[in-house]
Amino acid sequence: MIQVGATHQIPIENADDIIRVRRRVRDIAEVKKFDSFATAAITTATSELARNALVHGGKGIACIEEVTDGYRLGIRIVFEDHGPGIDDIPRVLAGGYTTARSMGLGLSGSKRLVDDFELESTPGAGTKVTVTKWKRF
Amino acid sequence: MSVHGPIPILRIGSTLLVSIQLELRDAVADAFQADVLSAIEKRGTTGLVVDISGLDMVDTYVARILAETGRMAKLMGTSTVLVGMRPEVAATLVRMGYGMEGVRTALDLDAGLALLGHVIAQRK
Repeated sequence: MIQVGATHQIPIENADDIIRVRRRVRDIAEVKKFDSFATAAITTATSELARNALVHGGKGIACIEEVTDGYRLGIRIVFEDHGPGIDDIPRVLAGGYTTARSMGLGLSGSKRLVDDFELESTPGAGTKVTVTKWKRF
Repeated sequence: MSVHGPIPILRIGSTLLVSIQLELRDAVADAFQADVLSAIEKRGTTGLVVDISGLDMVDTYVARILAETGRMAKLMGTSTVLVGMRPEVAATLVRMGYGMEGVRTALDLDAGLALLGHVIAQRK
């Protein structure tokens, strides 16, 4: 059972918002004393997913949650956009999917950087990606 | 075509040295690429060293700009070495599946300049 503590919502409407979101995530990871590798991983995944929301969704929102499952501290981030959505989710997660502005590694790459990864997408309605990184030590 | 972004480009002999010490906003990353290519053309260089020890995070956008800049410089006759990548950045890029293949790297500036010397000597 995951308990949610402080939450922070940050809109993603331009390229500088990507930096705003990932800075906030880095600050929280550092305050919670995540090790430097885990901090870099969740910060980088955040950058990829915020960019995806902006580039593919036009704009979006990031909701950063400080969570615990009773014995571990974690950071959970929900990225939501109302863009065109994803038709072929398995193909996108395999990493071979390339669009004009991204390497196609955004989703597949960030999945490998986090502990939990959930992708929900409805073609024509939007995409919601939820990632969680748990503190290891 | 020069853009004049905020990252200074230094020249030592026929080598350009760029040290990225600020968080790379997209616009700054784009300007970095254009400025480096303009500097190569103007100053007749043969080598480029890009120091990224100041970056605590490199996402695929920035990684792509760095790798592309090296390939573009190569088309203009300049060899590139990327130096100073932090352990966390190396781990993150490889785990994402972005190993920066085709990019020459060295541990630090010293090793980068030495490697560049070998590469340029072999070209002659």
